[in-house]
Amino acid sequence: MARMHVMERSEEQAIMDELHAAVGRRLAVSSLAPCPVEFTMAFVDMCSTQSCGKCTPCRVGLNTLRHRLSDVLRGRATMATLDGIERLARTIYLSSDCAIGYEAGAMALTAIQGFRDDFVHHVTYHACGFKQSEKVPCVSGCPAGVDIPGYISLVRAGRNTDAVRLIRKDNPLPMVCGLVCEHPCEMHCRRGMVDDPMNIRAIKRFACENMESDYRPVMAEPTGRRVAVVGGGPAGLSCAYYLAVMGHKVTILEARRQLGGMLRYGIPSYRLPREELDGEIQWILDCGIEARTQTEVGGDELQALRRDYDAVYLAIGAHGDRKLGLPGEDSEGVESAVAMLRAIGDGDTPDFTGQRVCVIGGGNVAMDVARSSVRCGASKVNIVYRRRVQDMTAQDEEIAGAGEEGCELLELNAPVRIEADEAGHVCGLVVQPQIIGSFKGGRPSPRPADTGERTIPCDRVIVAIGQAIQSKPFEEAGVGCNRGRIVTDTDGRVPGMDGVFCGGDCQSGPATVIRAINAGKVAAGNIDNYLGYDHKVGVPVDIPPVEFRDVGPCGRSETKFREANERRHDFCQIEHGLSREEALQEASRCLCCDHFGFGAFRGGRELQW
Amino acid sequence: MVGNGEGLKAADQRAVSTAQVTLTVDGREVSVPAGSTILDACREADADVPTLCYLRELNEIGSCRVCVVEVKGFDRLVASCNNLAVDGMEVLTNSPKVRMARRTNMELLLSQHDVACTTCVRSGNCSLQEVANDLGIVDFEYDTDLPPKRWPRDFPLIRNNQKCIKCMRCVQVCDKVQASHVWDITNRATHTLVDVAGGRDIHDVDCTLCGQCITHCPVGALRERDDVMTVYDALADPDVTTIVQIAPSVRTAWGDHWGLKGDEATVGRLVAALRPMGFDYIVNTDFSADLTIMEEGSELLRHLPKSQAGGYPMFTSCCPGWVRFVKSHYPELVDDVSTSKSPQQMFGAIVKSYYAEYLGLDPHKIFSLSIMPCVAKKAEYAYPTMRDACGDPDVDCVLTVREVERMLRADHVDVRALGEEPFDEPLGIGTGAGVIFGATGGVMEAALRTAHYLVTGKAPAADMFSDVRGLRGWKEATFDLAGTKLRVAVASGLANADALCKAVVAGEVSYDFVEVMACPGGCVGGGGQPIHDGEELAGARGKALYGLDRVSKYRNSYENPDIVRCYQEYLGEPLSERAEELLHTDQHGWLMPSEWIAAAEAAPQA
Repeated sequence: MARMHVMERSEEQAIMDELHAAVGRRLAVSSLAPCPVEFTMAFVDMCSTQSCGKCTPCRVGLNTLRHRLSDVLRGRATMATLDGIERLARTIYLSSDCAIGYEAGAMALTAIQGFRDDFVHHVTYHACGFKQSEKVPCVSGCPAGVDIPGYISLVRAGRNTDAVRLIRKDNPLPMVCGLVCEHPCEMHCRRGMVDDPMNIRAIKRFACENMESDYRPVMAEPTGRRVAVVGGGPAGLSCAYYLAVMGHKVTILEARRQLGGMLRYGIPSYRLPREELDGEIQWILDCGIEARTQTEVGGDELQALRRDYDAVYLAIGAHGDRKLGLPGEDSEGVESAVAMLRAIGDGDTPDFTGQRVCVIGGGNVAMDVARSSVRCGASKVNIVYRRRVQDMTAQDEEIAGAGEEGCELLELNAPVRIEADEAGHVCGLVVQPQIIGSFKGGRPSPRPADTGERTIPCDRVIVAIGQAIQSKPFEEAGVGCNRGRIVTDTDGRVPGMDGVFCGGDCQSGPATVIRAINAGKVAAGNIDNYLGYDHKVGVPVDIPPVEFRDVGPCGRSETKFREANERRHDFCQIEHGLSREEALQEASRCLCCDHFGFGAFRGGRELQW
Repeated sequence: MVGNGEGLKAADQRAVSTAQVTLTVDGREVSVPAGSTILDACREADADVPTLCYLRELNEIGSCRVCVVEVKGFDRLVASCNNLAVDGMEVLTNSPKVRMARRTNMELLLSQHDVACTTCVRSGNCSLQEVANDLGIVDFEYDTDLPPKRWPRDFPLIRNNQKCIKCMRCVQVCDKVQASHVWDITNRATHTLVDVAGGRDIHDVDCTLCGQCITHCPVGALRERDDVMTVYDALADPDVTTIVQIAPSVRTAWGDHWGLKGDEATVGRLVAALRPMGFDYIVNTDFSADLTIMEEGSELLRHLPKSQAGGYPMFTSCCPGWVRFVKSHYPELVDDVSTSKSPQQMFGAIVKSYYAEYLGLDPHKIFSLSIMPCVAKKAEYAYPTMRDACGDPDVDCVLTVREVERMLRADHVDVRALGEEPFDEPLGIGTGAGVIFGATGGVMEAALRTAHYLVTGKAPAADMFSDVRGLRGWKEATFDLAGTKLRVAVASGLANADALCKAVVAGEVSYDFVEVMACPGGCVGGGGQPIHDGEELAGARGKALYGLDRVSKYRNSYENPDIVRCYQEYLGEPLSERAEELLHTDQHGWLMPSEWIAAAEAAPQA
């Protein structure tokens, strides 16, 4: 008998690992629909499988909790049952011996308290009151509700123009989204249960780049009604487009030199080439939309617009900057990300040749300015962030892209002050190293480490810690605001201002392109009704019938990028789209949830809105 | 619709409609039109694949997984009901995999089904029972696990969730065909139940009681409230005189259980079957259909100036499902619904007044029963407004055709051996106009025939108003009525009625007279008719009614000698004071749930 054994991975363990991975994949894609009570029960059940069986609350309590939750689901519970459930979960949390028990108790308690209304609904009505339902996961996950399975099947059928027409039913900026959408749809893609989510964004881009022919939308009879859209960003453009096809006369008023909003003044052209953006904007304007650029609208102008137009849509975005509030911030060479990207958007690309740049922030905008700085010739770019890299809000691929292009991430460094030379020009950023620690507000928070400050020598500091909404002039004119955001009813109406609607970043706070597009679409529908019409936007595209086919595991095709060493010298497009071969294979991975699953019952498709 | 780009290439659509696909089913080659399902192909190849949830065009959702087949080349089985037949496919309907999965899925369904078939209303006419028997499932290994049973016994429609197999057909028919949205999934995942949407009490939602969910249920999860015992009690009481009326469309279906064909299941034979049960008088609802026409036709002429001047049309009121629908969904149209009672209720009021006097009976000792193709009639007779003859309810009980079938079976009546017997006089005569009340467009046609006579003094030419016949859900026609252009519309199926009402309210369409029947095809497709799973029989049954009309001695309501006599002896003339009292009703006199909920919300807080 050997004294000791080398650890070996048994076949059983391999299967167990595989099952655990499958659970992870499943959970990753299924956050939209489950009944909160059912999910809590399943969670407790899963936790109980990990119990070693030694201590009472974990061994007996979790199982008892599961049965009590089952009583709720089977309509056998009373309000007293709910109190008992809470008592049980609390006891498991308070008295279990190890984390298997007390963490299960804590999470169960979070669920029971957080979903209290759902539990009560079950007890009262013997029915689930959870409103959210997932007909087709990707469509439910898309803020604009784009018919994703529909256009994927059209791409498969080689009908890219029809695919684009179908996308434009809900989103008039398909190419923009094909390039820069954050694709929340993919987070919910059921294909993730099999292998990996579909590459939906890349398929969209492929459809836009491979249209067989262009087309023009069918326009409703002119109504003679006039709508002013303040702001030419994605929300304003989307609203203007749908109002125009509904037959209304739209004028866009844009403060800057060109249309596009943050698409132009926030997203660098290496991610969104200007010819693509310009083409898509022109396609929208060709619907008979008038655009007046360099037309600032303030409080007085708003009142004039209300007089001169039948309705007004405010979509001014979030183009203000935020200050650090640190000593030395007014030194020469310190500027905001918003200002830098705005200048680049209008073609005034700065020259940073030979300069050392510090970018402060950890979001997508910080990555954009860091990568743009590289392209402006900076000799060294540091991204200074007070938390860890994994705490950054920027998308992983943006962070990786910045790294590849030579930006250095200085995590756990909190800026303290900016030092300037005698001429008042920035010469260094003083930071206090941090240590990550306990949780605040659900995420780990940093605190100063027990080491001293250090100085990062630099010639330029760019502050990318968020954007502000320039709503002051409107607030003064009587538009209700809350911490800068314009307040609206759920249908986008500005309370107390008949005929004025608002949406996009200026209403929601800085968000994604697709959210802004949806805000514009929603506003168009509600403005149409406000004007006394009920135009329906739809497409007569027949979607190919779904055929049962092999959906066995198949890897996800990713887009590829130009070599970092080459692309870091210019502002040209860095991402290559999918090849036809890749796109068709990718499209064939679609599980067609519009046909298989709940979609077949509750309708996988909204033909018009 | 806007924002769509130019229309489709027509060639694509043509290609879809004419192309054929060829495949093999169990080795047999078969060719079907492109777009056909695998199930279509199997049936074309005489391979009988069982189905449970499937209803063509209404419920193609692949939920029960009993119709799964194997397609060579695929590891997983395919639901044949909602997947396309593809060129070159090799389909196996009884492979080992299919046998295992089909049987196991059936066993799973049975484990959540109260299998007390002996006391089930659908025993012998149950798709689940049939498939289970066909598969020879005499022993299965899963424990029975039934959801709790909760349903008010007094409601005319009964849901038993211990029998529901979650096929979703009731949800679909209520949503898509009847636009009423009563049913929904009320729990999720493994606890999924189909029940009143939001888990509400059925008393608190606007169920029209059309009964289409019952006739589309493959099992016994939905049925009418069984009122047979009430009838037995009346028959057993020597002090009570029982009078039973039979609705027009009953004669197209009552013999289905015994396989009687149209010409065998005559109403005379039904009269002969009922008499030995002990009913004292058996009368013909066709008579009161004629009476309805006299009143409603006159009312139409009175309403006509309003609609001609741009007001809402007059709507028929004979269908209680429709009246329940319009009250719940279009309160603004209720004032334009005819005040004429339905034939059932007119008959009830006449029975306990004129007929009681004629027979010398105390109306309080009459038990007035009606046999109807309808579940909503079970609600209608109980409205507080339906007590105009003597203060008691004008109708005491309503049986569906299915309940009557059960009574005949209980008495072991040999229906094939019966001869024909006439109705009792004088309320036994009905005209062809009364008969066609049971089919969509029939009330309209009957009313137009009499309106034509009332306006011109001349009999209408035979079948001059036949344009309003047929199964289309929303029909329109215009007739010249002595120089007035009479614009009429007919809808059956409440989704069609919903669309029509929406258009009327929006001012998109203008009519003078609109007939609505809640059930698709009219009462012949009624929710109280015998159930034939997967078949829609309204068309064939309606044809039978038009056949009876064609050979009727009298084809126009005003010619009915019993009608003439009733007006002469008792009512005076249509819309007379007595006619108003007995034959008309206040459609606002009782409330649907949404009406009383709205009223309660509007009431000042106590």
